[in-house]
Amino acid sequence: MSVLIDRNTKVLVQGMGKTGRFHTDKAIAYGTQMVGAVHPSRAGQVEVFTGEADPSGVPNRPSTYDVEVPIFRSVAEAVAGTQATATVVYVPPPFAADAIMEAADAGVELIVAVTEGIPVSDMVLAKRYLEGKNVRLVGPNCPGVITPQQCKIGIMPGYIHTPGKIGVVSRSGTLTYEAVHQLTLNGLGQTTAIGIGGDPVNGTNFVDCLTMFNDDPETNGVLMIGEIGGNAEEEAAEWITANMTKPVAGFIAGTTAPPGKRMGHAGAIISGGMGTAEAKIAVLTEAGVVMAPTPTDMGSAMLEAMG
Amino acid sequence: MKIHEYQAKALMAAGGIPVPAGTVARTVDEAVAAVRPLIESSGNPVVVVKSQIHAGGRGKGHFVEHPDVSGVNVVLDGIEGGIPAAEAKVREYATAMLGSTLVTIQTGPEGKVVTRLYIEGGIDIATELYLSVLLDRSTSRNIIMASIEGGTEIEVVAAETPEKILRTEIDPAFGLLDFQARNIAYGLGFEGDAFRNGVRFMKAITELAMDLDTDLLEINPLVVTTDGQVMALDGKMAFEANALFRHPELVELRDETEEDPAEAEAKEYGLSFISLDGTIGCMVNGAGLAMATMDIINYVGGEPANFLDVGGGAEKDQIVEAFKLITADPKVKGIFVNIFGGIMRCDIIAEGVVAAVKEVGLKVPLVVRLEGTNVELGKQIIDESGLNVVSAEDMKDGATKIVELAR
Repeated sequence: MSVLIDRNTKVLVQGMGKTGRFHTDKAIAYGTQMVGAVHPSRAGQVEVFTGEADPSGVPNRPSTYDVEVPIFRSVAEAVAGTQATATVVYVPPPFAADAIMEAADAGVELIVAVTEGIPVSDMVLAKRYLEGKNVRLVGPNCPGVITPQQCKIGIMPGYIHTPGKIGVVSRSGTLTYEAVHQLTLNGLGQTTAIGIGGDPVNGTNFVDCLTMFNDDPETNGVLMIGEIGGNAEEEAAEWITANMTKPVAGFIAGTTAPPGKRMGHAGAIISGGMGTAEAKIAVLTEAGVVMAPTPTDMGSAMLEAMG
Repeated sequence: MKIHEYQAKALMAAGGIPVPAGTVARTVDEAVAAVRPLIESSGNPVVVVKSQIHAGGRGKGHFVEHPDVSGVNVVLDGIEGGIPAAEAKVREYATAMLGSTLVTIQTGPEGKVVTRLYIEGGIDIATELYLSVLLDRSTSRNIIMASIEGGTEIEVVAAETPEKILRTEIDPAFGLLDFQARNIAYGLGFEGDAFRNGVRFMKAITELAMDLDTDLLEINPLVVTTDGQVMALDGKMAFEANALFRHPELVELRDETEEDPAEAEAKEYGLSFISLDGTIGCMVNGAGLAMATMDIINYVGGEPANFLDVGGGAEKDQIVEAFKLITADPKVKGIFVNIFGGIMRCDIIAEGVVAAVKEVGLKVPLVVRLEGTNVELGKQIIDESGLNVVSAEDMKDGATKIVELAR
C-alpha cells in the first residue's frame, strides 16, 4: 500500500515543453505509466520516448524503453482515450490555473502541479473551482509525488528513494530529497513522499497528508518538513495531538530568516510576527513530534520517533 | 512589490475610492508650491508633509540628522498665518526631511533616505478606523480585516483585543457581496451618510484589490470625516510578484532606490538572493535547503551572510554570478556551497564552481558539500581542480568546517 499513487496509476502530462518533456522521459524511465499528453495545437501527434530504464524504478522491466505518448487536444479527451486518473502540470504560470481547472473538470482524481510562479489570485480561484469536486491537487510549486519503485510523478530524482515504512511530506523540494536520502541510508525507506509545495495557496496541506498516512496500513511513521510562513504546521500540530496514532518526526526551516522577507518560496515569509520557525517548532514539539535540530538529523529524528 | 503611499492613493482615487488631495514633491520648491492649490481648493488651512518610504511607522519615526523632526508632520501654521505661514513651515520641514535619513520601527537602525515627500490637504477627522484586504492562508481566500481601532498597529490589536477585529471572507467567485459590505459598515459603527459611503467604499476597495492582484492593501487609518465621508488617510499596497506580468502599468511604479542593489541584480540572473548581517556566504540549490543552510550555520555557531537559492537548473553562468554576489560582500569571511543534486548533476555544479572560482578569484575559505546525482564525479572534479576547496561529508560537517575556517 501507499498513498495517492501506485504501480497502476495512469498519468497524463499537461505542458509538453522542454521541462515537461524532460521530466516525462525521466518518469517513463522510472517505470511510471505516462499514458497521454495534452496540447491544444498538437492533437493527434505522438511524442516518442526512448532510453535506458532507471534501475532504481519499477522492478522487473526490460532494460530499455520505447514509448509513444499520444497527444490530445483536451484533458477530457485524454481521459476518455486513456482512462488516466492522474495528471502532472508543467504548464507555464499564466496558464497553469486553467490547466488545473480543466483537469478537475475532466474528472482527474489527482492533479500534481509542478509549475512555480502561478499568481496567488489564480490559485485562490482554482481552489474555489475545485471545491466539491472529487479531486486532489498537490502543489503548485512542488517536486511532486513518488511511491518508490511504483510510480514517480514530478521532478524528484528517483534513485534516492527506496520502498519502506515512512510517509514523507514537505513544503520544500531539495529538503525533501535530503530527508528521503537519509531515510534510504538508515534503512527506513518511504511509502510515499509528497511535496506539497512552497506557495501560500496550495491544494494539499500537512493535515491532508497526515490523514492519508495515518490511514495507510503500510506507513509506520511520518516525517514532515515545514518552513516559515503561514500556519499549516500549527494546524498540523493540532491535528496530530487529536488524531495521529503513528510516530511523527519533523524539521522546520527558517530559524534564521529575517522577518518580512520572502525566502525564495512565495509562501516562506514571516509577517506581523506570525509564522516564525520558533513558534512552529514549539507547537510541534508540544504535539509529540520529534524535531530534528538540523536538516542533517532528519533521518535520526525519525528513527528516534519510531523508538 | 511595494509602492509608495502617494502611488497607492493615486490607484485608489482611480478606483473611485476617496482620498485626500495631495501632491508628490521631490524638491523643497515643489513641496512649497503644492501648498497654495491644496489650501485654496479645499478651504482647509491645514496641510501634512509625509515622508515617502517603503516602511511603516513613519509618524513615530525620526530623522537621524534632525531628531526633533518626525517622518510625518502636520502644518497648522496656515490656520492663523494663512497660506504664506503654511508655505514657510512646509519649506522648513521639506528642507529638513528631503535627503535625510528616517528611522522607524520598520526601517531598522540604519533607516532610509527620504527622496520624495507627499504634501496632503488636511482633513476634519471624526473617527479613525482600520481596514485591510489580504490573503488568509488557512482558507485560501482573501479576507477583509476591519477594526474600530484605527491608527494602531493591527498586530497589537490582534494580540490584545482580537474581538475588535472583524474578518469577512471574500468568495473569489462572487467578490464582496452587498450584505457583507453592509455588515462591515455596521461593525465599524457607520451611520447616515457615512454608512452609505462606507458600503460603497468596501465594495470599491475589494474590487481594486482583486483587479490589481494586491498582496496586501492596508488602510490605517481609514477615516470618517466630520461631513460623513469615508476616506483612506493612509494607503499601503504591495503587489504579488507572480501576477505582475499582467500589470505592466504597476511595474512602472517600482522604486529601485528602495531595493537592495545586490538582490535586484540577483533577480536579473534568476537567482533568489537576500543579504544578511553575518560572515558566511552561502550558495545552495532550493529555497528550503537554502534556508536550512542558514539555520545550520547558525546552529554550529556562525552567522549567514546571505540567503542564496540558485534554483533547480542552475547553469554555469548563474553559478559564476552567484559567486560574484557573495564575494562582493566585504563581510564574507568564508563561503559554503551546499548542493543536493537531484535533476541537477553534481559534476555540472562542480564544473560551475571551479569555473566561477577561476573567474572571480577566491580570497576566503570555501567549503563544498555535494550530494546526489554523480556525486563522486563532482567531488573528483573539485579535488582535481587544484583549488583550495575543502570537501564536506554532509551539511552539518560542511557548516562546522566553514565556520571554523572563517574564524
